[in-house]
Amino acid sequence: MAVQDNMGARAPRASLLNDPVIRGIVYQVLVAGAVVAFISWIVLNTAQNLAAQNKTTGFDFLFRTAGFDISFTLFPWSRTSLYWEAFLAGLLNTLLVAAIGIFFATLLGFTLGIARLSSNWLIARVATVYIETIRNLPLLLQLFFWYFAVLKAMPAVRQSFELPLDIFINQRGLMVPRPMPDHEFTWVLVAIGFSVIATIAVGIWATRVRTATGRYPSAVVLASKVADAIVSFLVALLAFTLLGNMISGVSGAVIFGAAILVAILSVTRLAPFSRAAVAFVFGLTILYALLTAMFPDVPPLLVAAGSALAGLAMAWISFERTAERPPSEGRFPLPLLVLIAVGIPAFVYWATGAQLAFEVPVLERFNFRGGVQLPPELVALVFGLTVYTAAFIGENVRGGIRAVSHGQTEAAQSLGLKEGDRLRLVIIPQAMRVIVPPLTSQYLNLTKNSSLGAAIGYPELVNVFTGTTLNQTGKAIEVIALTMAVYLTFSLLTSAFMNWYNGRVALVER
Amino acid sequence: MTTDTAFIRNEFVPAKPAPGRTDGPIVWLRKNLFATPTDAVLTILGILFLLWAIPPLYNFIVGHAVFPGGTVEECRAEGAGACWAYIAARFNFFIYGFYPIDQYWRPNIVFALGAALILPLLVPSAPFKRINAALFFVVFPLVSFYLLNGGVFGLRQVPTEQWGGLMVTLIIALVGIICSIPLGILLALGRQSNLPIIKTLCVMFIELWRAVPLITVLFMASIMLPLFMPTGTNVDKLLRALVGVTLFSSAYLAETVRGGLQALPRGQYEAGASLGLGYWQRTYFIILPQAIKHVIPGIVNNFIALFKDTSLVSIVGIFDLLNTVQAASSDINWASPTQAVTGYVFAGFMFWIFCFAMSRYSLWMERRLDTGHKR
Amino acid sequence: MSQMSETTAETPTRHSGMQISKTDVAIDVIGMHKWYGDFHVLRDINLRVMRGERIVIAGPSGSGKSTLIRCVNRLEEHQEGQIIVNGTELTADLKRIDEVRREVGMVFQHFNLFPHLTILQNLTLAPIWVRGIPKAEAEATAMHYLERVKIPEQANKFPGQLSGGQQQRVAIARSLCMQPRIMLFDEPTSALDPEMVKEVLEVMISLAEEGMTMICVTHEMGFARQVANRVIFMDQGQIVEQNDPDNFFSNPQHERTKLFLSQILH
Repeated sequence: MAVQDNMGARAPRASLLNDPVIRGIVYQVLVAGAVVAFISWIVLNTAQNLAAQNKTTGFDFLFRTAGFDISFTLFPWSRTSLYWEAFLAGLLNTLLVAAIGIFFATLLGFTLGIARLSSNWLIARVATVYIETIRNLPLLLQLFFWYFAVLKAMPAVRQSFELPLDIFINQRGLMVPRPMPDHEFTWVLVAIGFSVIATIAVGIWATRVRTATGRYPSAVVLASKVADAIVSFLVALLAFTLLGNMISGVSGAVIFGAAILVAILSVTRLAPFSRAAVAFVFGLTILYALLTAMFPDVPPLLVAAGSALAGLAMAWISFERTAERPPSEGRFPLPLLVLIAVGIPAFVYWATGAQLAFEVPVLERFNFRGGVQLPPELVALVFGLTVYTAAFIGENVRGGIRAVSHGQTEAAQSLGLKEGDRLRLVIIPQAMRVIVPPLTSQYLNLTKNSSLGAAIGYPELVNVFTGTTLNQTGKAIEVIALTMAVYLTFSLLTSAFMNWYNGRVALVER
Repeated sequence: MTTDTAFIRNEFVPAKPAPGRTDGPIVWLRKNLFATPTDAVLTILGILFLLWAIPPLYNFIVGHAVFPGGTVEECRAEGAGACWAYIAARFNFFIYGFYPIDQYWRPNIVFALGAALILPLLVPSAPFKRINAALFFVVFPLVSFYLLNGGVFGLRQVPTEQWGGLMVTLIIALVGIICSIPLGILLALGRQSNLPIIKTLCVMFIELWRAVPLITVLFMASIMLPLFMPTGTNVDKLLRALVGVTLFSSAYLAETVRGGLQALPRGQYEAGASLGLGYWQRTYFIILPQAIKHVIPGIVNNFIALFKDTSLVSIVGIFDLLNTVQAASSDINWASPTQAVTGYVFAGFMFWIFCFAMSRYSLWMERRLDTGHKR
Repeated sequence: MSQMSETTAETPTRHSGMQISKTDVAIDVIGMHKWYGDFHVLRDINLRVMRGERIVIAGPSGSGKSTLIRCVNRLEEHQEGQIIVNGTELTADLKRIDEVRREVGMVFQHFNLFPHLTILQNLTLAPIWVRGIPKAEAEATAMHYLERVKIPEQANKFPGQLSGGQQQRVAIARSLCMQPRIMLFDEPTSALDPEMVKEVLEVMISLAEEGMTMICVTHEMGFARQVANRVIFMDQGQIVEQNDPDNFFSNPQHERTKLFLSQILH
């Protein structure tokens, strides 16, 4: 107990048994003795049982041939591979699912958490219903649902659903194009690495100069204007091309000219108008495409009218946002950073003549040829883990944001900080301190929950190792100990990170 | 001095209604759905999403569904919704598993007894808490076991292999929580202890179980438990799962209870000590009653997690609710395109009802405890 | 409060009306009404504050004092009438709101310091990101104001390490770093222990002596006597009585004011 047991002893008659220190030692010896006795009893029993079954112990089985198939591995696998390779394959598959799941669950979870706090009643309500439904259903049930009721009910290979970007979905999983980089493409990869570093460096440098001198470096401001025009041009080009596809018969020259016009306007004071026009076109075209896909029975004219209305609303938002923006001298050079991040690799790609072909999956007589085939087990597991974990992350995010008192926003407002600065400098740093620790344990939970993949046949660690390997070798103790050691390692790494993070960000109190 | 600043209001300004309407549906819509252009766009997208998602969902569950009394042919028809007729036909299987039909009265009595004992336990103002708790946590499990298992008082023996469905789900969840509460409390106390060996043992136990997924615990219980026992001992399959679930859940419960122990002001420990109470007296009379009361919402949340986790026992071959649904979905007599989905929707609904009710209860308790604290 | 009434006697500097401008209007509130839903919180508020004036608003809780000054930098919006601050009328226009907030400092009852930033960072955040002042200069200004509130040695600590009185003084310094032309105080001493009230009031008094235009919502009547040139009494969302402190305290006119003063002064 936290308090020393020194009150219970009556001083005059203090016998040895009433001395708190001695009593503590006696207790501990008794407990330790009981534990040791219990463990020896178990070990003895186990040894007898193993002897009775003529089994040996030891990890030498890891270097024997496994002789079974694994449906999906990240490295070449054959029946002659060894048991330790099976262990590795399972571990890598676990990590793969965890990584993809964590990525999507974080995106969806943050969206849900913010949506639940939205002042928009409908959005907040939809997010609440999602969270309250998903949280209260067992994950295994959800996995069964996605796997047996959804993916297994997909059409056969011949009738595959075709999704955009040459992706196909059918009973055998998801067929996605396989990127086929050629030799020169290595340079593009190098350029991507370089541009990421350059973007971060320029961003930090610009912010430092801005803090130290009160203004962004003039070179950055100028480059930023150019970048603004280029980005505006590309965005406008995309928007007008989409529009051109919608109403056929618009020549390429007109589209190009309109995009140039938008780019020129974007660096003048008429920028709000040009941006509003682009926003209108985007609203119109994207919603039109979405609506025609969602409600094929509604007459196209009605859909077009609805989309145009939404486009107008988007234009209005964009107009107000742009009109409120400070002049480019006082703005964070985001367009420039985007241009560096995307532009350098694009330039290298063009200059070296590199080719990134995509091997598109093609339906042949009985199956698809080419592309990458993601097994349905993987798809269902990622989907299930994402949907489930996002509900919990959403709640953590909501809690973290709500933990920042409204007084903080008011203080920032009364100092004249604009909304973006308020979020960036005051609200988010405080919310993240609250969010990160539970977020980390959700990541750990997701990793542990990926073991349920065993129930739908995804070859992750528990399935391959604790399932198949244990069945074949009968080395129950060794196999289960190794599996537990893996998860224990994950857990220890997570808590090490959390301790470090908490120590770093803990608010200093008196 | 500056008399021109002097001002006295002789007539009070009466309250007048706000300009424009302040309530009514139009104001509500404008405030909650169309406050800004961004809100308007989000609202429109949200409505479109609901228009797209709800009609098919409604048609599946109600509109085109085949209700009890329907035939399998109707379920097989093109465009048919959920096949509720199939659920009705296999309902007893989902609730009792393979339990003999003529003995259904035994689980029914257990259900009724459990409900009668747990409801007053959940209402904080109900009297006889201690007797009630003793009945529920000690007497009820024993009575239930002998009633379900039989073999005494002339009752036919029903081996656990025949137990199944919702009954087994509830049994595992209840046994898990009932056994893990005392274990969890002991572990939490041990972890707070200043006796190094006891503390280390408790920390190791808690952290080990919390680190590994339940599925490996269940594998371990079902494969290794027989190895640990003296040769020739036969450990029941359900019992193995129960041991695994209990150990697993006690580690989580210990952490919840520890939160309650840590939240207690230090003065409570000191006051107890200054009254001359020994460690166990202090703990039993002063510390635990307060700590447990504070963590009731946390314990309920643990119970929700445990309840959802019981579905994992299907992996080690026990016929809980999810496993009966899974098994029945290959029932040829009711084979139809919506058979599997209907089963999952039904199982999901059963799980959801229990979990949602518990989470509301925990929220309610939390609010109750909160106000009690402020007063 | 008792300490303050003692100091009142020995400082004859009050009503130094010479600093008050006769023509320069700092804040003009004209026929302003505010509702929370259907609840009429502020009713027909008319208040003209000249540059250099020090105004104390008193009144029972729930009388709308805080709401009134929160309307002045639009932490709350009003529904009828006009509020004109430094010649800018407050409307829904974000640019105008920003313009007003830059020139108006606000001190809250619960300090609202940013707990994740050091004292110095708290003070330089807005000057750097709102005014675009170079960091070194912003830090020099911040140190200047920290010295004014007598806690320069705490610059690199975090708010959680300071006492309530110190935190409130930091909060005042944080507002001053934006070099506002008007300061609003929303019950700045209500959340403080009695011995810390004095150190905060001293800072406020010295600000007043320098001619800062201020509106203070406070129950510190000693402070009102000493520095205010006008005391406003509010009840049920309206200004009931307003007068210079001498007349206000010695000769209250309205029944409601008399009742309030008899309760608060004894």
